[in-house]
Amino acid sequence: MKRAGRSEQTQRIELNMTPMIDVVFQLLIFFMLSLKLLAPEGDFHIRMPKAAPAEGQPDPTQLPPIKVRLTADRNGNLRGIQMAEKPLRSLEQLRNEVLALVCDERGPKPEAAKTEIDFDCDYHLRYSYVVEAMTAVSGYVDKNDRIVKVIEKIKFTRRQKE
Amino acid sequence: MRWGRRTTAVRTNPDMTPMIDVTFQLVIFFMLTMNFSQEDQTELIRLPSSEIAKPPDQPVETPITLQVTAKGNVIFGGRQMPMANLERELLREKQLLESIPGKSASRATIIIRADGRAQIGQVQDAIAICQKLDFQHFVLRAKQEKKVLKPEGA
Repeated sequence: MKRAGRSEQTQRIELNMTPMIDVVFQLLIFFMLSLKLLAPEGDFHIRMPKAAPAEGQPDPTQLPPIKVRLTADRNGNLRGIQMAEKPLRSLEQLRNEVLALVCDERGPKPEAAKTEIDFDCDYHLRYSYVVEAMTAVSGYVDKNDRIVKVIEKIKFTRRQKE
Repeated sequence: MRWGRRTTAVRTNPDMTPMIDVTFQLVIFFMLTMNFSQEDQTELIRLPSSEIAKPPDQPVETPITLQVTAKGNVIFGGRQMPMANLERELLREKQLLESIPGKSASRATIIIRADGRAQIGQVQDAIAICQKLDFQHFVLRAKQEKKVLKPEGA
């Protein structure tokens, strides 16, 4: 009886885990070393038609663009901001002026989608200031951390190098 | 001689399952967080940051990346060149693009990754060169980061 009982027992197979663990650790180290945490990148769509539309056929639904002039000091830092010839103190003020034009208490008005901003910047102004100005006019982050886009039509007036 | 057996070391079999579980979790985490699509980013470009810049909902059609360095040079197709050479290189790209049915310069999107220290005039110069070659869609890329700039009462 004893013999029969022993032969019926299931045999335990021992797997050799070492090569698998080796490979897994190699993979782990590879991914750890090649990990590069980067901030996500986002886009600003700009409208840069090759030529101005033919004269005499203006789009009746299109509102005239809001002119924003950005001037730079000798080092390329932002020196002055003007919106439709009106001097402004800061980019926050620029944002508030734009929001006052195209938003009400409920959010962007329908005409916001038709409004266009035309940036006229000094040639040597640093690009980071322009991105800040575009950020100021194109929207805001609301209380719920959602991005509210206000103006999406942005164009640039080209200035020659002084 | 039989007593010798008692002195042999006992073989222990530690349970490897939790360790393998954790290691696989880590491997999967690192695999998923790896981003090969952003490998064309170079260390030379320090993108300006913006809280509004939204990652695109869908991939752009025929993207062509153009990078403008702080000194006003252009990195195109993995090579750095002065702005004056961009037109020639871009023309070659355009010819290549138009040899593929259904693709054209006017449908392609130029993604501009410019360094925050570059001059806006240099970025506009690059855009003007692209316009000359019939490229019409442009996207300015920025790093999505929170800034303090907030509207009053928002």
